[in-house]
Parts: sequence; structure tokens; C-alpha cells
Amino acid sequence: MELQLYIQLALITLALPFAGFLILIFTGKRLPRNGDWLATGLISLAFLLSLFILIAKLVWHHNETITSSLNWITLNDLMGPSSIEFGITVDNLSAILLVVVTMISMLVHFFSIGYMKGDIRYSRYFACLGLFSFSMLGIVLTNNLLLMYIFWELVGISSYLLIGHWYEKKTATNAASKAFVVNRVGDAGMFVGIMILFTSFSTFTFETIFDAISNGELPFESTGWLTAAGILIFCGAIGKSAQFPLHVWLPDAMEGPTPVSALIHAATMVAAGVYLVARVFPLLTADALLVIAYIGAVTSVIAATIAATQMDIKKVLAYSTISQLGFMIMALGVGAYAAGFMHLVTHAAFKAGLFLAAGSIIFAMHKALHKTNDHHTDAQDIRNMGGLKRKMPVTYWTFLIFTLAISGIPFTSGFLSKDEILAGTLAFGIMSGHYLLPVAAFLVAGLTAFYMFRALILTFHGEHANATRLEGVEESPKVMIIPLIILASLSVYIFYSFNPFGAASGWIFQAIERPLSIVPVAMQPISNLLFHNVVSMVHSIAMGLSILFAFSGIIFALLVYKWKKIDADRLANSMGMLYKGAFHKWYFDKVYYKVFVDGILGFVKGLHKFDDKVIDGFVNSTAGVAIHLSNISKWIDEHIVNELVTLTAWIAGYAGEQLGRLQTGKVQTYLAFMVFGFIVLFILFI
Amino acid sequence: MELQLLGIGILTWIVFIPIVGMIIVLLIPDSRQDAIRWTALAVTGMQLMLAGLILRNFDRSMLGINESGSFQFVEHFNWITVDALPWIGKVEITYFLGIDGLSVLMVILTALISFVGVISSWKIGKMVKGYFALYLLLVTGMMGVFVSLDFFLFFIFWEIILLPMYFLIGIWGGPRREYAAIKFFLYTFIGSILMMLVMIALYFSIAYTDPVTGELVHTFNLLHMMNPDNLVEGSILAGINTTWRYIAWIALFVNFAIKIPLFPFHTWLPDAHVEAPTAISVILAGVLLKLGAYGLLRISFPIFPDATVYFAYMMAVLGMISIIYGAFCAMAQTDFKKLIAYSSVSHMGIVVLGIASLTTQGMVGGVFQMFNHGIITAVLFLVVGVLYDRTHKRGLTDFGGMATVMPRYTGVAIIGMFAALGLPGLNGFVSELFSFLGAFSAFRWIAIISVTGIIITAAYILWTVQRVFLGKSPEQYKNLPDLSAREMVSFAPLIMLIIMLGIYPGPTIKLMNASVSHLVDLINIGGF
Repeated sequence: MELQLYIQLALITLALPFAGFLILIFTGKRLPRNGDWLATGLISLAFLLSLFILIAKLVWHHNETITSSLNWITLNDLMGPSSIEFGITVDNLSAILLVVVTMISMLVHFFSIGYMKGDIRYSRYFACLGLFSFSMLGIVLTNNLLLMYIFWELVGISSYLLIGHWYEKKTATNAASKAFVVNRVGDAGMFVGIMILFTSFSTFTFETIFDAISNGELPFESTGWLTAAGILIFCGAIGKSAQFPLHVWLPDAMEGPTPVSALIHAATMVAAGVYLVARVFPLLTADALLVIAYIGAVTSVIAATIAATQMDIKKVLAYSTISQLGFMIMALGVGAYAAGFMHLVTHAAFKAGLFLAAGSIIFAMHKALHKTNDHHTDAQDIRNMGGLKRKMPVTYWTFLIFTLAISGIPFTSGFLSKDEILAGTLAFGIMSGHYLLPVAAFLVAGLTAFYMFRALILTFHGEHANATRLEGVEESPKVMIIPLIILASLSVYIFYSFNPFGAASGWIFQAIERPLSIVPVAMQPISNLLFHNVVSMVHSIAMGLSILFAFSGIIFALLVYKWKKIDADRLANSMGMLYKGAFHKWYFDKVYYKVFVDGILGFVKGLHKFDDKVIDGFVNSTAGVAIHLSNISKWIDEHIVNELVTLTAWIAGYAGEQLGRLQTGKVQTYLAFMVFGFIVLFILFI
Repeated sequence: MELQLLGIGILTWIVFIPIVGMIIVLLIPDSRQDAIRWTALAVTGMQLMLAGLILRNFDRSMLGINESGSFQFVEHFNWITVDALPWIGKVEITYFLGIDGLSVLMVILTALISFVGVISSWKIGKMVKGYFALYLLLVTGMMGVFVSLDFFLFFIFWEIILLPMYFLIGIWGGPRREYAAIKFFLYTFIGSILMMLVMIALYFSIAYTDPVTGELVHTFNLLHMMNPDNLVEGSILAGINTTWRYIAWIALFVNFAIKIPLFPFHTWLPDAHVEAPTAISVILAGVLLKLGAYGLLRISFPIFPDATVYFAYMMAVLGMISIIYGAFCAMAQTDFKKLIAYSSVSHMGIVVLGIASLTTQGMVGGVFQMFNHGIITAVLFLVVGVLYDRTHKRGLTDFGGMATVMPRYTGVAIIGMFAALGLPGLNGFVSELFSFLGAFSAFRWIAIISVTGIIITAAYILWTVQRVFLGKSPEQYKNLPDLSAREMVSFAPLIMLIIMLGIYPGPTIKLMNASVSHLVDLINIGGF
């Protein structure tokens, strides 16, 4: 297959959802069924194309990177012309994600046909899904930082539009604005990072930047600035992938429709941060990677503890997503590159599945509540659920498979990737002495199994809170449960590796290799070879621990919630502050709100006063001074100048009067004066 | 490049056709209001077509700035010549018009915004004749500034703007119109006096030798002023990096900073905007604010490259303060129009930051940002105007849910808002990108601090969107009519430009690229 064909196919894939967006936003309401078939058809076509690209790429051009770019802006400056290029890259990384994004997007489109039926802004919803898919594919395909940033902001805006889909609700619009603004904080950092690299290398293209650094060029001749650039670009990932300390937007983003949560806030957009780190990996110094690893670890622990205490099923899943993203970020930070990326892929399937399953539950709960005329009960609170297993068997079984996968139970996809991450973290901990990282990783593995089974048991097992309501619960329509079944089957190991206990022999590990670091030798992370050796040494230990922690988490959850051997409330009380802190999300939102929202609003009010009273006051007081001055000059004018004039006039009058006496009317007197005058003049001048 | 219609140069046409229109308007009887409106529309329409013609024939490779040979559409006549005065020599004031890469975008912007302004003035009912007569005079003044290459001429056009603006705000404005109009007038007038002083000092300090007669000729010709060889030995502005040159630069800078408006000279702007009628706000933000930055680029930078380099850091700091301060102040507003006025302070700060970098990237970004800000802010003031026309309210908390009530209007408003927020794919992003990139290479930390402005901007813009367009609509505004055809027409060209320039800015950047790099070159030679 011609290499150029990959580029063309990728561009068509990119264009299809955008075409859907344009058509739907302008004509959506006039199309039959509001155009849902069009959007879904286009994204399905995009999926087929992506699948073809991936298979062809892996079969025929396994190790090649195919790039093509065109000129966007040429700027002539004193050094000569410099051009800003826009281009796309098809390599294994992007080809795999292309399939992941289009597939999840397609399934979510189908699911939405059922879930969003009868919505007031049905066609706008599908249009925004198209805009999102386009922007996300852009992030995946780009070969340069600027285009990455552009699509980065565009996914942000589609996320904003979709979180705020039901914009009559104040909570929804608050969440949408919060998501965008918090992301902007990360983006500003990323922008500075991009500026550092562009100013130093006059290009945004990844390859050219890498080449320059490997030739020994450094930003401002300093490795410090290189580390800074890496960390600043990672700031973008902190925002988009909801890492500590910018993770606060993601749980609120659950205000959006649930399929949106599945697509954007679980499977694809939030994983963009992980992808960004993977893309710029070669230029990250050891220090930058260590920062990344710790941020990931802290995030995953914080989020996992919060997830274990939440009662809203979507909030549980949201914190779980943050925790898993932290896991991926940590994996990249320690150098388990392929493992982190693989977890992105497997997580996309099972987490999208979990959200869609949650959507199916909420859909059913809503209907049941509607039947009983109950408008107060929260359809998302797991305390109001229970016993749904019998009524929603397909949802239950798929939810169970997703839960097993995220908990890392053998024979699931999640086991493969999580196990590799744990092994990588353990190996890194041993080699570098940063033991906190593996400790955090195993702790999170156990917590994950616990909180997911907690959610599963409370939702599907036990007794339903209200027996008449339970009668009204029914399984969701086919268009919703078929995507669940597909995602559930994709959560099985077989799609990723034929060996259920080793991802290393699977196709993803074959296709993805950690790129060589190009930073100066002294700043490089632990070499790939050494890392691999240690990983293979500790692999079996890590696997054993991994299974142990997962099962302990599950058994603990069963003890508390299923067999009720331990009372949940007493457990919570015995944890004291720990439970309280986690339940209140470690007070991040409260503190941020106090400091940033209240603080800044107070500050700007003060600043506005300052502008009004001090700066403008100064301007007005100059005018006041001018008026005073003019009053003074008026007084001077009236009393001095005018008096002077009067005086002059009086003098003139007086002089005239006196001189008038000289005018006698006698010619001889005048003659005498004249002669006298002549004599005076004569004496004076001669 | 020369282009003539009926034997008169195209720049003369584009500058004075509104004056012709004004005379016609004055001849039409008061009662025939529609005839007056249509005349104004026709005249500005013709002006827009002339601008299109200029754009079509504009040669992007010609440098301009200080080379009279590479200006385009040049018209150069002696206007006032006084021969052989004792100890001054020959005095010369010329009618010298021409454009280069710095001014071509401004000419187009002026023509476009003036045209849109007429459409949005359609509903003005008070003293229609006077309004449009003054409006057209204003347009002549603005266009004249952008095409003048003689300081005296520049100054005259600069002053012509003041008068109609004063009356347009003072008569057709809101409740505090007189205060706002006087404040605007006095503030800018003080600036003008400073500029006049510098102009006179320059006049006495600059003399060139007439190639034919060998006489020493004093001149107001800006291009002669840019040539350091023309400095008269011993004159007040002679030499390089002298105190008097710094003082002259500061005096000019204050004048231009008032117009931009740069912190701390900005407080006339919110008052003027709040009181001005919609169309005048559009003109004020769309074109008038650009006069300041344009003056810096056309006069201060090339004539005083030494002082420009000396004060570049200070300019960048003021730009930075304006960006952040303006954004914070915008956040504190409860009046929609005032919010946009402060956002102008913030966005014009980006222009100053960009051009202060004295790099090609930064200056291209700055000039492009001038154009983009003109378009975007025009849209935003029109957006406020639409609401105000319907409800006579402008408070941010008076509304809500407009997205449901007026979907088309909301679509337009959201595009304008997102462009102001710097969303990629819309024009604001491109110019901000270049401004920041240029600034970063010159003043690293200032640029880094300034970038936080994009966060604050996102916050106040989204908060505004949330308060006005999202949520539930108040009962009394449930049935507001969506955009009328006339309103759509006034929005359409601006929205199209916002999107087009965002996706493919290349050709527009090329328009100014040659001139801007030449200016950078000139500053590098003369300033370091």
C-alpha cells in the first residue's frame, strides 16, 4: 500500500465527523430523525477506515512513521523565512488511538440514540459529538505542538458545550465553565512550554525539535529550561487528564449526559494528556519524568480514596477515572511506556463500558421513578438502587465484566495492562529508591477492586430501596445494550494478547516501543534495556502481589457490603478523619472555591474600586484642579487684570485731562511748544 | 503602484468620499430620513469597494515605512510652501498620502467597520441628519490618519476625529453622555497637544537639502523625519539617545497610550463606551483605539528608534499590566458594555506587548491583533446593542437563557465571545499566538506573566456567556425576537472574517510581513 494513502485515509477519517458537525449544526433540525443516523453513519465509516489503517499499518508497514505536512503560515523575518507547518503523522501510536477513539465514539453514538431520545436539543447533541470526535482525532493525528494545542482547546470547547448540554440547569453551566477554566490553567502552562521550545528551535514539529535536542541544542543553553519545558507541557496533561492539583473539574463534568461522560470524560479526551506525554516523551528529562510519576501517584491515591466514599454512581466512576489516569501517568513517568499506553487502550473500553452501563441504570431508574411519580429521589444515588440484577441482567453481567477488568482480575484486559504498570513501578522503585511509587500503586490496585465491587454490590445486589419502584425497572433497549456487550467482550484479554498472563507478547507491546530519550546523557532516565531487565526480574512478584491486592479488595468489599460481616458505618467511623477527608473530597473544591472564586471575585471588586476611585479619581481630580485654577485665574482676571485695565484707563483719562490743559486753542502757544520740542530733539540727537 | 479614478488618486477618493457624502446629507431635507440613511450607506459602501480595490492591487512585497519609493498609491503634492524665511529656510507642508503593509489592514478595517456602523445606526431617530453628517466626517478623519505620510496632515486628521466624536457621544449618548464626551475630548486633546509639541520640535530639527536648488528645506514629511541624516546639527532633537529625544518619545507615547488605551490612561474608555450609542461604540473600539498603536508604529518607532529601544521594556510592562488589569476589571463589571470596554483594554495590551518586543513575530502579531480586535470587539458591541435595543437593559444579571429565546443571536454572540477568548480556529488566537511568541523571545518573564491573562479572560468570558445566554430566561424576555435581516447583515461580514482569518491567516499576515520586518530592521539599525 502506498504510504501516501495512509495520510489520505487519515485525513478522510478526520474530516468525516467534522462534516457531520457542520451539517447537523446548520440543518440538523430539518433532517429526518434530526440527523442522528447521519452522525452515527459518518462516525461508523470513520471507524471502518481507522480499523483498515491500523491493520494495514501493522501488517505492511509495521515500523514506519508516515508524515505529511503543509505550510500554514510563512513569516519572513530578518533571519529569512520561517514557516509554521501543519501536518499529520500515522505511526503505531496514532493508528491504535485512531481506532480506539472512533470505536468508542461510534458505540456512544449508537447508545445515545436510545439514551437521548426525545431530548430538546437532540441534533445539537449529535453535532457536538461530531465536533468532539473531529478535535480528538486531530490530537491523535497531529505531528506538531501547535496543532496539538489547537485541537487541545477544541476538545475543551466541545467538552464545554456537552457538559453544558442541559444549560437551563445552573449546576450544568457551572460545571461546564469550571471545566474550561481549570483546563485553561493547565493550557497556559502548556502554552509557555510550547513558547520555550519554539523560541529555541523555531519550529513546532515534534521530529524537528527532537532532532535539534539530540544534536545538543538546548533551550537557552540550559538543561533546567529543558526540564521546565517538559514539565510545563505536562501541565496541559494535568489539566486535561484531571491530575492533581487540577483534578477538580472532572467529577463536576458528570453534569453532562452520561454517554458524553463515557466518551469524553472517561475514554478519550481525558486520556489525551497521557497521549501528550507519550508524544513528547523523548524530550522529558529524568527530573521531569520523576515529577510526572509523582503527580500520577498522588492523583491516583487521592482519587481512589475519594471514590471509595461516594454515593453517586457517576461520581464513583469519575474519581475512578481520575485514579486510573493517574496510574497511566505514573506508568509513563517511571518509564513503563508501553504499559501506560496499553492501559489507556484497555481502560478506554472498560471505563466507557462502565459509564454506559451506569447510563443504562440511570435511564432505567429515571423511567421507574417517573412511573411512580417520584421527582425527588436521586436516580444516580447508589443508596436508592440495589437488587437491579434480576431486572437488568445484561447491564449487570456487562457491568460485572467491566468491574473485573478494572480491578485487574486475570483473563481480563485490565489485568494485562495493570500488571505491567505495577511491575514497571516496582522495578523503578527498586532501581531509583523511590519506594513510595510502588507502594502507592499497589494500594490503589487494592482500593480500586474495593470501591468498584462496593458500587457493583450496592447497585445490583441486596434489596432495592423501594419494592414498587423496582417493579418499574426494566432493561434498556437494544440500541443501548448492544454497545455494552461489544465493550464487555473487548474487556477480555484475548484481544490484546493471546497469553492471559503476559502483555509483552501481545500486539500492542510489539507495536509500541518506548522511544529513545534524546536529552543530554546526564539527564536521561533509566535506560530502556536496564529497565526491561529489572521488570522481567520482578514481574512474577508484581503479578502475585497484584492478584493478591485485587482479591483482598474484592473480599473486603464482599465482607462489608454483601455478607455484612463488617458494618459500613462503623467502619467509616473507625477510620475517623481519614474517612471524613475522603468523603469531602479532601476539601479541594471547598478550598479552591474559597481561594480562587471568592478570593478573586473579592480581589477584582477591590481592583475595580481602585480603578474607579484612584486612577479615574486622579483623572477627575485633575479636572477639578483645572477648574480651581480657572477659578483662581478668574479672580485674578477680575481683581487684578481688570483692575489694571481700569487703572490704565484711569491713568489715560487723567493724563488726557492733564494734557488737555495744554490745548489752549491758541496757535501761537502750539508754535511755541513746537519750537521747544524741536530744540529738545535737536539737543538729544546731535 | 498608482491607481486613479477620474484623474484623482484612489487614496484621496477613499478619504474624501465621506465628505462628499456629508455634503449630500446636509442638502437632503430633514424629513427625508431614509434618504439620509441610504446616502450614508451608499457612501460607506463605495468606500468599502475602494478598500477592496486597494487590497486587490496591493503589492505585498513592497517595504514602505521609510522608503518613499516603496509606498503604494502615493499622492504627493506641495500644499503650503513658504519660501526663504530668514534663519528657517524654506517651509514645506505637503499633501502626502500613501500606504504600506502597516496601514493597508487599517484602511480595510476602517472601511469595513464604518460600513457596518451605518447599518447598525439605522434605528437612530434623533436628529438623523446631524448624526450621519458627523458620522461621515468622523470616517474621513479616521481614514485620513491611516493614509497620511505628512505629520501635519496626520495631525489635522487626528484632530478632525475629535470633534464629531465629541458630539456623537455628547448628543446621541446615554444618560451621562456629557460627562463622557467632555472626558473623552479633554483626555485626547491633552494628548494631541503633546503630539503637536513634538511635531513642532521635529519640524525645527529636521531639514533636508532640496536636490534641485540646494536649499535647506524644513518639512513635515514623515519619511524625511525618519532619516537621521536630516537632523539639523545643534537642533533640539539632534543626536541619539539624548534627553530631549526621550522626552519627545514619552510625549508622543502618552498621546498614543491614551488612544490605545493603555493602563493607566484607560479610564476615559469605559465611560465613553457606556454612554456612546452602539454604532459609535463599534467605531470607537473597532477603529479609534487602533489609531494609538498605529501612531506608535508609524511615528514613534521609526523616527525615534533609539528611544523606542530604550523604552521597549517599559512598554512591555505596561502592556502586561493592561492585559491582566483589564481582564480583572472586566471580571468585576455588572454592565455588559463596560465589561467589553475593559476587555478592550486587556486585548489592546496584547497589541502593545507584541509590538514592544521589536521582533517580527511580535509586531506581526500586534498589527494583526489590532485588526482582529477591531473585528471581534465590533461584534461584541453589536451583540450588546441587540439586547439593549430590545430591552433597554445592559446589566449582566438582567438576562439569562437567551440561547433558547434567540438561538441565531446566541450563535453569533458565542462565536464573537470565543474569538475574544482566543479559541483556536478563530482569528483572535492567531494574533495572540504571534504576539506572545514575539514577546517571549524578547522579554521572557513578562510574556510568561502575561499568559495568565488568557486564564482570566476565559473566566470572565465564560461567566458572561453563562449569565446572559445560558440558564433560564426571565419571564418578560421569553418572546424577544431573534436577529432581524438587517442585524444579520451587519454581523455576517465580521463573523465570516473571524472564522476565515482563524483558519487561514497566511495571506493576511503576508500583507504586512514585508513592512513589519523592514520596520524591525530599521529599529535594529537605528536603535542599538
